[in-house]
Amino acid sequence: MSASLRGVDAEVALPWDGLIAVVKRDCPTCRLVEPVLAQLGPGLTVFTQDDPAFPAGIGDVRDDTALDVSLALDIETVPTLLRFVDGVEAGRTEGWLRGAWEELAGVDGLGPELPEYRPGCGSRIHDPELADELLVRARGGTLSSRRLEIAVLEDEAEAMFDRGWSDGLPVVAPTPARVLRMLEGTTRAPDEVVAVVPPNLVEATVEKVAINAVLAGCRPEYLPVVLAAVEAACTDEFNAHGLLATTWGAGPAIVVNGPIAREIGMNAGGNALGQGNRANATIGRALQLVIRNVGGGRPGEVDRATTGHPGKIGFCFAEDEAGSPWEPLSVSRGVAPGTSAVTVFAAEGPRGLADQISRTPESLARSLAAGLRSVAHPKLPMAFDATLVVCPEHGRVFAEAGWSRDRLASELADLLALDPAEIERGAGGIEEGLPAGAATGPVPKFRPGGLMIVYAGGGAGMFSTVIGGWVGGPGGSQPVTREIRR
Amino acid sequence: MTLIVLDPTDERAPAQREPLPRRESLDGARVGLLDISKARGDVFLDRLAELLAERGVPVRRYAKPTFAKPMPPDLRKEIAAECDVVIEALAD
Repeated sequence: MSASLRGVDAEVALPWDGLIAVVKRDCPTCRLVEPVLAQLGPGLTVFTQDDPAFPAGIGDVRDDTALDVSLALDIETVPTLLRFVDGVEAGRTEGWLRGAWEELAGVDGLGPELPEYRPGCGSRIHDPELADELLVRARGGTLSSRRLEIAVLEDEAEAMFDRGWSDGLPVVAPTPARVLRMLEGTTRAPDEVVAVVPPNLVEATVEKVAINAVLAGCRPEYLPVVLAAVEAACTDEFNAHGLLATTWGAGPAIVVNGPIAREIGMNAGGNALGQGNRANATIGRALQLVIRNVGGGRPGEVDRATTGHPGKIGFCFAEDEAGSPWEPLSVSRGVAPGTSAVTVFAAEGPRGLADQISRTPESLARSLAAGLRSVAHPKLPMAFDATLVVCPEHGRVFAEAGWSRDRLASELADLLALDPAEIERGAGGIEEGLPAGAATGPVPKFRPGGLMIVYAGGGAGMFSTVIGGWVGGPGGSQPVTREIRR
Repeated sequence: MTLIVLDPTDERAPAQREPLPRRESLDGARVGLLDISKARGDVFLDRLAELLAERGVPVRRYAKPTFAKPMPPDLRKEIAAECDVVIEALAD
Protein backbone atom coordinates (compact mmCIF):
# COMPACT_ATOMS: atom_id res chain seq x y z
CA MET A 1 0.00 0.00 0.00
CA SER A 2 1.30 3.45 -0.70
CA ALA A 3 0.30 6.95 0.27
CA SER A 4 -0.24 9.62 -2.35
CA LEU A 5 0.44 13.34 -2.16
CA ARG A 6 -0.21 16.05 -4.65
CA GLY A 7 3.17 17.09 -5.99
CA VAL A 8 4.01 20.23 -7.84
CA ASP A 9 2.45 19.05 -11.05
CA ALA A 10 1.83 15.34 -10.46
CA GLU A 11 0.69 12.84 -7.85
CA VAL A 12 3.60 11.28 -6.00
CA ALA A 13 3.63 7.85 -4.34
CA LEU A 14 5.03 7.49 -0.84
CA PRO A 15 5.27 4.54 1.57
CA TRP A 16 2.09 4.01 3.62
CA ASP A 17 4.08 3.17 6.74
CA GLY A 18 7.74 3.68 7.37
CA LEU A 19 10.64 6.09 7.22
CA ILE A 20 11.47 8.47 4.42
CA ALA A 21 14.74 10.33 4.02
CA VAL A 22 15.28 13.12 1.51
CA VAL A 23 18.94 13.75 0.67
CA LYS A 24 21.36 15.09 -1.93
CA ARG A 25 24.94 14.06 -2.61
CA ASP A 26 26.06 17.67 -2.72
CA CYS A 27 25.33 17.99 1.03
CA PRO A 28 28.19 17.01 3.45
CA THR A 29 25.72 16.14 6.19
CA CYS A 30 23.85 13.81 3.83
CA ARG A 31 27.16 12.09 3.02
CA LEU A 32 27.92 11.96 6.74
CA VAL A 33 24.66 10.11 7.49
CA GLU A 34 25.09 7.63 4.59
CA PRO A 35 26.00 4.80 7.03
CA VAL A 36 23.10 5.71 9.28
CA LEU A 37 20.68 5.39 6.37
CA ALA A 38 22.12 1.93 5.69
CA GLN A 39 21.64 1.11 9.38
CA LEU A 40 17.91 1.92 9.18
CA GLY A 41 17.34 -1.03 6.86
CA PRO A 42 14.38 -2.07 4.74
CA GLY A 43 11.79 0.16 6.45
CA LEU A 44 13.48 3.19 4.87
CA THR A 45 12.80 4.82 1.52
CA VAL A 46 15.36 7.41 0.37
CA PHE A 47 14.56 10.14 -2.13
CA THR A 48 17.64 11.68 -3.65
CA GLN A 49 17.53 15.16 -5.12
CA ASP A 50 20.65 15.28 -7.25
CA ASP A 51 22.25 11.85 -7.83
CA PRO A 52 20.13 8.70 -8.16
CA ALA A 53 23.22 6.64 -7.27
CA PHE A 54 23.42 8.27 -3.85
CA PRO A 55 23.36 7.01 -1.15
CA ALA A 56 24.98 3.62 -1.64
CA GLY A 57 23.90 0.48 0.15
CA ILE A 58 20.20 1.37 0.45
CA GLY A 59 17.56 -0.99 -0.86
CA ASP A 60 14.93 1.58 -1.80
CA VAL A 61 16.53 4.70 -3.30
CA ARG A 62 14.23 6.72 -5.54
CA ASP A 63 15.12 9.40 -8.02
CA ASP A 64 13.71 12.76 -7.02
CA THR A 65 15.83 14.91 -9.33
CA ALA A 66 12.54 16.34 -10.67
CA LEU A 67 11.85 17.30 -7.02
CA ASP A 68 8.21 16.23 -7.11
CA VAL A 69 8.45 14.43 -3.77
CA SER A 70 10.57 17.17 -2.21
CA LEU A 71 7.98 19.75 -3.21
CA ALA A 72 5.05 17.61 -2.12
CA LEU A 73 6.68 17.14 1.27
CA ASP A 74 7.87 20.76 1.34
CA ILE A 75 11.44 19.74 2.12
CA GLU A 76 13.34 22.85 3.25
CA THR A 77 16.55 21.12 4.41
CA VAL A 78 18.47 17.97 3.55
CA PRO A 79 18.73 15.52 5.10
CA THR A 80 15.16 15.39 6.34
CA LEU A 81 13.96 12.20 7.99
CA LEU A 82 10.20 11.66 8.12
CA ARG A 83 7.97 8.95 9.57
CA PHE A 84 4.73 8.02 7.84
CA VAL A 85 2.00 6.18 9.75
CA ASP A 86 -1.18 5.02 8.02
CA GLY A 87 -0.42 7.17 5.00
CA VAL A 88 0.14 10.43 6.85
CA GLU A 89 3.23 12.14 8.15
CA ALA A 90 3.71 11.49 11.85
CA GLY A 91 6.91 13.47 12.37
CA ARG A 92 10.10 14.80 10.80
CA THR A 93 13.57 16.01 11.75
CA GLU A 94 15.97 18.12 9.73
CA GLY A 95 19.76 17.86 9.58
CA TRP A 96 21.50 15.25 11.72
CA LEU A 97 20.63 15.13 15.41
CA ARG A 98 21.24 11.66 16.82
CA GLY A 99 18.56 11.81 19.52
CA ALA A 100 15.88 13.05 17.15
CA TRP A 101 16.74 10.43 14.52
CA GLU A 102 16.73 7.64 17.14
CA GLU A 103 13.37 8.74 18.50
CA LEU A 104 11.76 9.08 15.06
CA ALA A 105 13.20 5.76 13.84
CA GLY A 106 12.61 3.92 17.12
CA VAL A 107 16.19 2.63 16.90
CA ASP A 108 19.01 3.20 19.36
CA GLY A 109 22.72 3.41 18.61
CA LEU A 110 22.51 5.22 15.31
CA GLY A 111 25.78 6.43 13.82
CA PRO A 112 27.94 5.77 16.87
CA GLU A 113 31.01 7.21 15.19
CA LEU A 114 29.19 10.42 14.12
CA PRO A 115 29.09 13.68 16.04
CA GLU A 116 25.89 14.34 17.96
CA TYR A 117 24.75 17.10 15.63
CA ARG A 118 25.37 18.53 12.19
CA PRO A 119 23.09 21.07 10.51
CA GLY A 120 21.73 20.14 7.09
CA CYS A 121 21.96 21.97 3.77
CA GLY A 122 19.38 23.82 1.75
CA SER A 123 16.95 21.69 -0.20
CA ARG A 124 17.20 21.87 -3.98
CA ILE A 125 13.66 23.22 -4.10
CA HIS A 126 15.31 26.52 -3.13
CA ASP A 127 18.13 26.25 -5.65
CA PRO A 128 18.14 29.61 -7.48
CA GLU A 129 18.93 28.00 -10.81
CA LEU A 130 15.74 25.93 -10.55
CA ALA A 131 13.55 28.67 -9.09
CA ASP A 132 11.89 29.79 -12.32
CA GLU A 133 11.28 26.28 -13.60
CA LEU A 134 9.77 25.17 -10.30
CA LEU A 135 7.66 28.30 -10.00
CA VAL A 136 6.17 27.72 -13.42
CA ARG A 137 5.66 24.00 -12.75
CA ALA A 138 4.00 24.75 -9.42
CA ARG A 139 1.77 27.64 -10.39
CA GLY A 140 1.89 28.04 -14.14
CA GLY A 141 -1.49 26.33 -14.24
CA THR A 142 -3.06 29.34 -12.53
CA LEU A 143 -2.26 31.49 -15.60
CA SER A 144 -4.81 31.56 -18.37
CA SER A 145 -3.31 33.98 -20.90
CA ARG A 146 -2.39 32.72 -24.32
CA ARG A 147 1.19 31.46 -24.47
CA LEU A 148 3.15 32.66 -27.45
CA GLU A 149 6.47 31.34 -28.65
CA ILE A 150 9.35 33.57 -29.58
CA ALA A 151 11.45 31.36 -31.81
CA VAL A 152 15.12 30.65 -31.31
CA LEU A 153 16.22 32.86 -34.17
CA GLU A 154 14.01 35.79 -33.17
CA ASP A 155 15.42 38.60 -31.09
CA GLU A 156 13.01 38.80 -28.17
CA ALA A 157 13.02 42.59 -27.96
CA GLU A 158 12.41 42.91 -31.70
CA ALA A 159 9.71 40.25 -31.58
CA MET A 160 7.78 42.21 -28.98
CA PHE A 161 8.08 45.43 -30.96
CA ASP A 162 6.79 43.53 -34.00
CA ARG A 163 3.78 42.30 -32.08
CA GLY A 164 2.86 45.88 -31.24
CA TRP A 165 3.14 45.55 -27.47
CA SER A 166 5.47 48.47 -26.98
CA ASP A 167 4.96 52.20 -26.58
CA GLY A 168 8.14 52.72 -28.55
CA LEU A 169 10.61 51.79 -25.83
CA PRO A 170 11.90 48.27 -25.17
CA VAL A 171 9.70 46.06 -23.01
CA VAL A 172 10.57 43.20 -20.64
CA ALA A 173 9.53 39.77 -21.94
CA PRO A 174 6.51 38.59 -19.92
CA THR A 175 7.64 35.03 -19.34
CA PRO A 176 5.40 32.87 -17.17
CA ALA A 177 7.99 32.97 -14.36
CA ARG A 178 8.18 36.76 -14.41
CA VAL A 179 4.41 37.07 -14.46
CA LEU A 180 4.08 34.63 -11.55
CA ARG A 181 6.64 36.62 -9.56
CA MET A 182 4.76 39.82 -10.44
CA LEU A 183 1.56 38.24 -9.14
CA GLU A 184 3.26 37.64 -5.79
CA GLY A 185 2.94 41.41 -5.35
CA THR A 186 -0.78 41.10 -4.72
CA THR A 187 -3.08 38.83 -2.76
CA ARG A 188 -5.71 39.17 -5.49
CA ALA A 189 -6.47 36.12 -7.63
CA PRO A 190 -5.05 36.15 -11.17
CA ASP A 191 -8.50 35.69 -12.70
CA GLU A 192 -10.15 38.54 -10.79
CA VAL A 193 -11.44 41.21 -13.16
CA VAL A 194 -9.89 44.56 -12.30
CA ALA A 195 -11.66 46.78 -14.79
CA VAL A 196 -13.22 46.97 -18.21
CA VAL A 197 -10.61 48.75 -20.28
CA PRO A 198 -11.49 51.22 -23.03
CA PRO A 199 -11.61 51.77 -25.90
CA ASN A 200 -12.46 48.16 -26.77
CA LEU A 201 -14.15 47.56 -23.40
CA VAL A 202 -12.12 44.46 -22.62
CA GLU A 203 -12.13 42.91 -19.16
CA ALA A 204 -8.64 43.16 -17.67
CA THR A 205 -7.84 40.48 -15.13
CA VAL A 206 -5.21 40.82 -12.44
CA GLU A 207 -3.10 38.51 -14.63
CA LYS A 208 -3.37 40.72 -17.72
CA VAL A 209 -2.41 43.76 -15.68
CA ALA A 210 0.52 41.80 -14.22
CA ILE A 211 1.71 40.85 -17.72
CA ASN A 212 1.69 44.49 -18.76
CA ALA A 213 3.41 45.47 -15.51
CA VAL A 214 6.20 43.04 -16.46
CA LEU A 215 6.39 44.60 -19.92
CA ALA A 216 6.64 48.04 -18.33
CA GLY A 217 9.51 47.03 -16.05
CA CYS A 218 7.63 47.07 -12.72
CA ARG A 219 8.74 45.20 -9.62
CA PRO A 220 6.12 42.96 -7.98
CA GLU A 221 5.64 45.37 -5.09
CA TYR A 222 4.42 48.02 -7.53
CA LEU A 223 1.59 45.82 -8.77
CA PRO A 224 -1.02 46.94 -6.18
CA VAL A 225 -0.44 50.54 -7.29
CA VAL A 226 -0.82 49.60 -10.95
CA LEU A 227 -4.02 47.67 -10.21
CA ALA A 228 -5.52 50.62 -8.34
CA ALA A 229 -4.52 52.99 -11.14
CA VAL A 230 -6.16 50.75 -13.76
CA GLU A 231 -9.31 50.60 -11.65
CA ALA A 232 -9.36 54.36 -11.24
CA ALA A 233 -8.66 55.10 -14.90
CA CYS A 234 -11.35 52.75 -16.17
CA THR A 235 -14.24 54.54 -14.51
CA ASP A 236 -16.95 56.56 -16.17
CA GLU A 237 -15.81 59.61 -14.15
CA PHE A 238 -12.24 59.44 -15.42
CA ASN A 239 -13.39 58.64 -18.94
CA ALA A 240 -10.14 57.19 -20.26
CA HIS A 241 -11.83 56.60 -23.61
CA GLY A 242 -12.60 60.27 -24.16
CA LEU A 243 -9.18 61.32 -22.90
CA LEU A 244 -7.56 58.87 -25.32
CA ALA A 245 -9.72 59.75 -28.30
CA THR A 246 -9.55 63.53 -28.05
CA THR A 247 -7.24 65.45 -30.33
CA TRP A 248 -6.07 67.29 -27.18
CA GLY A 249 -2.72 65.90 -26.05
CA ALA A 250 -3.35 65.01 -22.43
CA GLY A 251 -3.02 61.50 -21.01
CA PRO A 252 -3.55 59.79 -17.67
CA ALA A 253 -1.25 60.75 -14.79
CA ILE A 254 -1.09 59.19 -11.32
CA VAL A 255 -0.35 60.69 -7.90
CA VAL A 256 0.41 58.12 -5.20
CA ASN A 257 -0.30 58.81 -1.53
CA GLY A 258 0.20 56.84 1.66
CA PRO A 259 2.83 54.50 3.08
CA ILE A 260 3.24 52.40 -0.07
CA ALA A 261 4.91 55.31 -1.86
CA ARG A 262 7.86 55.22 0.50
CA GLU A 263 7.84 51.41 0.80
CA ILE A 264 8.36 50.94 -2.91
CA GLY A 265 10.85 53.78 -3.17
CA MET A 266 8.84 56.31 -5.14
CA ASN A 267 10.22 59.76 -5.71
CA ALA A 268 8.27 62.71 -4.32
CA GLY A 269 11.32 64.97 -4.03
CA GLY A 270 13.78 66.40 -6.51
CA ASN A 271 12.84 65.58 -10.12
CA ALA A 272 9.67 63.83 -8.89
CA LEU A 273 8.01 64.41 -12.26
CA GLY A 274 11.14 63.47 -14.16
CA GLN A 275 13.15 60.43 -15.08
CA GLY A 276 15.35 58.16 -13.03
CA ASN A 277 13.05 56.50 -10.49
CA ARG A 278 11.94 53.02 -11.44
CA ALA A 279 8.63 53.03 -9.57
CA ASN A 280 7.58 56.44 -10.87
CA ALA A 281 8.59 55.55 -14.41
CA THR A 282 7.19 52.06 -14.69
CA ILE A 283 3.88 52.37 -12.81
CA GLY A 284 2.69 55.13 -15.11
CA ARG A 285 3.95 53.17 -18.08
CA ALA A 286 2.14 50.00 -16.97
CA LEU A 287 -1.19 51.86 -16.90
CA GLN A 288 -0.60 53.14 -20.43
CA LEU A 289 0.42 49.68 -21.65
CA VAL A 290 -2.79 48.21 -20.22
CA ILE A 291 -4.79 50.79 -22.15
CA ARG A 292 -2.73 50.06 -25.25
CA ASN A 293 -2.57 46.28 -25.13
CA VAL A 294 -5.72 45.24 -23.29
CA GLY A 295 -7.98 48.12 -24.25
CA GLY A 296 -6.57 48.50 -27.76
CA GLY A 297 -5.97 52.25 -27.41
CA ARG A 298 -3.17 53.15 -29.77
CA PRO A 299 -1.88 56.40 -31.26
CA GLY A 300 -3.11 56.90 -34.79
CA GLU A 301 -6.07 54.62 -34.09
CA VAL A 302 -8.41 55.66 -31.27
CA ASP A 303 -5.74 57.95 -29.79
CA ARG A 304 -6.14 61.03 -32.00
CA ALA A 305 -3.87 63.45 -30.11
CA THR A 306 -2.68 66.31 -32.29
CA THR A 307 0.71 66.47 -30.60
CA GLY A 308 0.52 64.43 -27.38
CA HIS A 309 3.40 64.76 -24.90
CA PRO A 310 6.28 62.64 -23.60
CA GLY A 311 4.48 61.88 -20.32
CA LYS A 312 2.07 59.71 -22.28
CA ILE A 313 4.74 57.01 -22.06
CA GLY A 314 3.88 57.09 -18.38
CA PHE A 315 3.31 59.83 -15.81
CA CYS A 316 3.36 58.93 -12.14
CA PHE A 317 4.78 60.49 -9.00
CA ALA A 318 4.21 60.50 -5.26
CA GLU A 319 3.10 63.38 -3.08
CA ASP A 320 5.71 64.53 -0.55
CA GLU A 321 3.52 63.91 2.48
CA ALA A 322 6.39 64.18 4.96
CA GLY A 323 7.36 67.64 3.76
CA SER A 324 3.89 68.91 3.01
CA PRO A 325 2.27 71.55 5.22
CA TRP A 326 -1.07 70.10 4.15
CA GLU A 327 -2.99 66.90 4.58
CA PRO A 328 -2.30 64.32 1.86
CA LEU A 329 -4.18 64.85 -1.38
CA SER A 330 -5.86 61.46 -0.90
CA VAL A 331 -7.14 62.51 2.54
CA SER A 332 -8.59 65.71 1.16
CA ARG A 333 -10.30 63.49 -1.41
CA GLY A 334 -11.91 61.26 1.23
CA VAL A 335 -9.41 58.47 1.88
CA ALA A 336 -8.57 57.65 5.50
CA PRO A 337 -5.19 58.94 6.74
CA GLY A 338 -2.51 56.26 6.56
CA THR A 339 -4.26 54.45 3.71
CA SER A 340 -2.40 54.23 0.42
CA ALA A 341 -4.25 55.52 -2.62
CA VAL A 342 -3.84 56.60 -6.20
CA THR A 343 -5.42 59.61 -7.84
CA VAL A 344 -5.55 59.57 -11.62
CA PHE A 345 -6.03 62.80 -13.52
CA ALA A 346 -5.83 64.06 -17.08
CA ALA A 347 -2.43 65.60 -17.67
CA GLU A 348 -0.54 67.47 -20.31
CA GLY A 349 3.19 67.85 -19.96
CA PRO A 350 4.23 69.75 -16.84
CA ARG A 351 5.36 73.35 -17.14
CA GLY A 352 7.46 75.19 -14.57
CA LEU A 353 6.37 78.44 -13.02
CA ALA A 354 9.25 80.49 -11.61
CA ASP A 355 8.70 83.01 -8.84
CA GLN A 356 11.88 83.59 -6.87
CA ILE A 357 10.89 86.92 -5.38
CA SER A 358 7.48 86.53 -3.70
CA ARG A 359 7.64 86.00 0.06
CA THR A 360 4.00 86.75 0.80
CA PRO A 361 1.25 84.29 0.00
CA GLU A 362 -0.78 86.99 -1.73
CA SER A 363 1.97 87.78 -4.21
CA LEU A 364 2.87 84.16 -4.79
CA ALA A 365 -0.76 83.19 -5.35
CA ARG A 366 -0.99 85.89 -8.00
CA SER A 367 2.05 84.43 -9.76
CA LEU A 368 0.59 80.96 -9.68
CA ALA A 369 -2.77 82.23 -10.90
CA ALA A 370 -1.08 83.99 -13.81
CA GLY A 371 0.51 80.70 -14.83
CA LEU A 372 -2.69 78.72 -14.38
CA ARG A 373 -4.62 81.18 -16.50
CA SER A 374 -2.81 80.01 -19.62
CA VAL A 375 -4.13 76.44 -19.34
CA ALA A 376 -5.97 75.67 -22.61
CA HIS A 377 -5.78 79.36 -23.54
CA PRO A 378 -5.51 82.50 -21.37
CA LYS A 379 -8.87 83.68 -22.71
CA LEU A 380 -10.80 80.44 -22.23
CA PRO A 381 -12.64 79.97 -18.92
CA MET A 382 -14.24 76.73 -17.70
CA ALA A 383 -12.43 74.88 -20.47
CA PHE A 384 -9.97 72.46 -18.96
CA ASP A 385 -9.06 71.23 -15.50
CA ALA A 386 -5.53 71.66 -14.16
CA THR A 387 -3.21 70.39 -11.45
CA LEU A 388 -0.79 72.61 -9.58
CA VAL A 389 2.30 70.97 -8.10
CA VAL A 390 3.47 73.26 -5.31
CA CYS A 391 7.20 72.95 -4.66
CA PRO A 392 8.66 73.05 -1.13
CA GLU A 393 10.06 76.58 -1.36
CA HIS A 394 6.68 77.88 -2.50
CA GLY A 395 4.85 75.65 -0.04
CA ARG A 396 6.89 77.20 2.77
CA VAL A 397 5.55 80.67 1.95
CA PHE A 398 1.98 79.39 2.27
CA ALA A 399 2.78 77.31 5.36
CA GLU A 400 4.36 80.26 7.19
CA ALA A 401 1.28 82.35 6.46
CA GLY A 402 -0.99 79.56 7.68
CA TRP A 403 -2.67 79.02 4.33
CA SER A 404 -4.31 75.63 4.03
CA ARG A 405 -4.69 73.81 0.72
CA ASP A 406 -8.35 74.92 0.65
CA ARG A 407 -7.38 78.53 1.38
CA LEU A 408 -4.89 78.49 -1.50
CA ALA A 409 -7.49 76.94 -3.81
CA SER A 410 -10.04 79.53 -2.80
CA GLU A 411 -7.60 82.46 -3.22
CA LEU A 412 -6.61 81.13 -6.64
CA ALA A 413 -10.28 80.84 -7.61
CA ASP A 414 -10.78 84.49 -6.65
CA LEU A 415 -7.73 85.53 -8.68
CA LEU A 416 -8.89 83.45 -11.62
CA ALA A 417 -12.33 85.05 -11.96
CA LEU A 418 -11.81 86.37 -15.48
CA ASP A 419 -13.12 89.75 -16.61
CA PRO A 420 -15.45 89.28 -19.60
CA ALA A 421 -13.90 92.30 -21.32
CA GLU A 422 -10.54 90.51 -21.38
CA ILE A 423 -11.77 87.21 -22.70
CA GLU A 424 -14.24 88.15 -25.40
CA ARG A 425 -13.47 87.17 -28.93
CA GLY A 426 -11.23 89.83 -30.38
CA ALA A 427 -10.12 91.18 -27.02
CA GLY A 428 -6.37 91.73 -26.93
CA GLY A 429 -6.31 91.33 -30.69
CA ILE A 430 -6.96 87.61 -30.32
CA GLU A 431 -9.93 86.09 -32.09
CA GLU A 432 -10.17 83.15 -29.69
CA GLY A 433 -12.35 83.74 -26.63
CA LEU A 434 -15.95 83.83 -25.47
CA PRO A 435 -18.60 85.11 -27.87
CA ALA A 436 -19.39 88.74 -27.17
CA GLY A 437 -22.06 89.08 -24.52
CA ALA A 438 -21.78 85.44 -23.43
CA ALA A 439 -20.65 86.54 -19.97
CA THR A 440 -22.03 89.46 -18.01
CA GLY A 441 -19.81 89.11 -14.94
CA PRO A 442 -16.49 87.53 -13.94
CA VAL A 443 -16.14 83.95 -15.19
CA PRO A 444 -14.21 81.31 -13.23
CA LYS A 445 -11.19 79.93 -15.03
CA PHE A 446 -11.77 76.47 -13.58
CA ARG A 447 -14.98 74.64 -12.77
CA PRO A 448 -15.50 74.00 -9.03
CA GLY A 449 -13.09 71.18 -8.15
CA GLY A 450 -11.30 71.65 -11.46
CA LEU A 451 -7.99 72.67 -9.90
CA MET A 452 -6.11 70.01 -7.95
CA ILE A 453 -3.20 71.01 -5.70
CA VAL A 454 -0.37 68.55 -4.96
CA TYR A 455 2.85 69.04 -2.99
CA ALA A 456 6.07 67.61 -4.42
CA GLY A 457 9.55 68.51 -5.56
CA GLY A 458 13.08 69.14 -4.39
CA GLY A 459 14.08 71.42 -1.54
CA ALA A 460 15.82 74.00 -3.71
CA GLY A 461 14.06 76.05 -6.36
CA MET A 462 11.10 78.40 -6.24
CA PHE A 463 9.58 76.62 -9.18
CA SER A 464 6.12 75.17 -8.90
CA THR A 465 4.61 73.30 -11.81
CA VAL A 466 1.38 73.66 -13.73
CA ILE A 467 -0.05 70.55 -15.34
CA GLY A 468 -2.86 71.37 -17.72
CA GLY A 469 -5.62 68.80 -18.01
CA TRP A 470 -8.54 68.35 -20.33
CA VAL A 471 -12.27 69.01 -20.36
CA GLY A 472 -13.38 68.58 -16.76
CA GLY A 473 -16.62 67.50 -15.19
CA PRO A 474 -19.16 64.89 -16.20
CA GLY A 475 -18.76 65.62 -19.93
CA GLY A 476 -15.00 65.12 -19.80
CA SER A 477 -12.57 63.64 -17.31
CA GLN A 478 -12.64 64.05 -13.55
CA PRO A 479 -9.79 63.04 -11.22
CA VAL A 480 -10.54 59.69 -9.56
CA THR A 481 -9.05 58.45 -6.29
CA ARG A 482 -8.91 54.76 -5.35
CA GLU A 483 -7.51 53.00 -2.32
CA ILE A 484 -4.66 50.61 -3.00
CA ARG A 485 -5.49 47.01 -2.05
CA ARG A 486 -2.43 44.86 -1.38
CA MET B 1 15.67 27.73 -26.80
CA THR B 2 12.17 28.93 -27.63
CA LEU B 3 11.05 31.67 -25.28
CA ILE B 4 7.49 31.43 -24.01
CA VAL B 5 5.78 34.72 -23.24
CA LEU B 6 2.25 35.48 -22.13
CA ASP B 7 0.05 37.53 -24.43
CA PRO B 8 -0.48 41.00 -22.93
CA THR B 9 -3.38 41.79 -25.26
CA ASP B 10 -7.07 41.00 -25.37
CA GLU B 11 -6.16 37.97 -27.54
CA ARG B 12 -8.64 38.83 -30.23
CA ALA B 13 -7.22 37.86 -33.57
CA PRO B 14 -6.54 41.02 -35.58
CA ALA B 15 -9.61 40.28 -37.67
CA GLN B 16 -9.93 42.58 -40.60
CA ARG B 17 -13.37 44.11 -40.31
CA GLU B 18 -14.96 44.44 -43.74
CA PRO B 19 -17.18 47.48 -44.23
CA LEU B 20 -20.73 46.78 -45.35
CA PRO B 21 -21.29 47.15 -49.10
CA ARG B 22 -22.18 50.69 -50.09
CA ARG B 23 -25.83 51.13 -51.07
CA GLU B 24 -26.52 51.96 -54.70
CA SER B 25 -29.33 54.36 -53.79
CA LEU B 26 -31.27 55.71 -50.83
CA ASP B 27 -34.62 54.58 -52.25
CA GLY B 28 -36.54 52.95 -49.46
CA ALA B 29 -33.57 53.21 -47.07
CA ARG B 30 -34.11 54.22 -43.49
CA VAL B 31 -31.66 57.09 -43.09
CA GLY B 32 -30.38 58.36 -39.73
CA LEU B 33 -28.56 61.62 -39.14
CA LEU B 34 -26.28 61.49 -36.11
CA ASP B 35 -25.08 64.62 -34.37
CA ILE B 36 -22.20 63.81 -31.99
CA SER B 37 -22.74 67.21 -30.31
CA LYS B 38 -19.69 68.89 -31.78
CA ALA B 39 -20.14 72.58 -32.54
CA ARG B 40 -22.16 73.28 -35.72
CA GLY B 41 -22.83 69.63 -36.42
CA ASP B 42 -26.51 70.56 -36.36
CA VAL B 43 -26.01 73.15 -39.10
CA PHE B 44 -24.52 70.52 -41.36
CA LEU B 45 -27.18 67.93 -40.57
CA ASP B 46 -30.07 70.40 -40.92
CA ARG B 47 -28.94 71.17 -44.45
CA LEU B 48 -28.51 67.47 -45.26
CA ALA B 49 -32.05 66.81 -43.98
CA GLU B 50 -33.35 69.56 -46.29
CA LEU B 51 -31.54 68.16 -49.31
CA LEU B 52 -32.70 64.62 -48.56
CA ALA B 53 -36.29 65.82 -48.07
CA GLU B 54 -36.18 67.40 -51.54
CA ARG B 55 -35.33 63.95 -52.87
CA GLY B 56 -38.15 62.40 -50.91
CA VAL B 57 -35.92 60.68 -48.37
CA PRO B 58 -37.19 61.07 -44.82
CA VAL B 59 -34.61 60.98 -42.02
CA ARG B 60 -34.48 60.24 -38.35
CA ARG B 61 -32.35 62.46 -36.14
CA TYR B 62 -30.08 61.24 -33.34
CA ALA B 63 -27.63 62.99 -31.03
CA LYS B 64 -24.95 61.79 -28.67
CA PRO B 65 -25.17 63.50 -25.23
CA THR B 66 -21.51 64.57 -25.51
CA PHE B 67 -18.83 64.16 -28.14
CA ALA B 68 -16.30 63.49 -25.40
CA LYS B 69 -17.65 60.07 -24.50
CA PRO B 70 -18.57 56.96 -26.43
CA MET B 71 -22.13 56.61 -27.59
CA PRO B 72 -24.42 55.13 -24.91
CA PRO B 73 -25.06 51.46 -25.84
CA ASP B 74 -28.83 52.00 -25.90
CA LEU B 75 -28.52 54.73 -28.51
CA ARG B 76 -26.25 52.52 -30.60
CA LYS B 77 -28.84 49.73 -30.47
CA GLU B 78 -31.64 52.14 -31.30
CA ILE B 79 -29.84 53.41 -34.37
CA ALA B 80 -28.92 49.90 -35.49
CA ALA B 81 -32.55 48.82 -35.19
CA GLU B 82 -34.06 51.87 -36.91
CA CYS B 83 -31.63 52.71 -39.71
CA ASP B 84 -30.11 51.18 -42.83
CA VAL B 85 -27.82 54.15 -43.45
CA VAL B 86 -26.33 56.63 -40.99
CA ILE B 87 -24.71 59.94 -41.82
CA GLU B 88 -22.63 61.28 -38.96
CA ALA B 89 -21.51 64.85 -38.41
CA LEU B 90 -18.09 63.95 -37.06
CA ALA B 91 -16.08 67.12 -36.56
CA ASP B 92 -16.46 70.79 -35.89
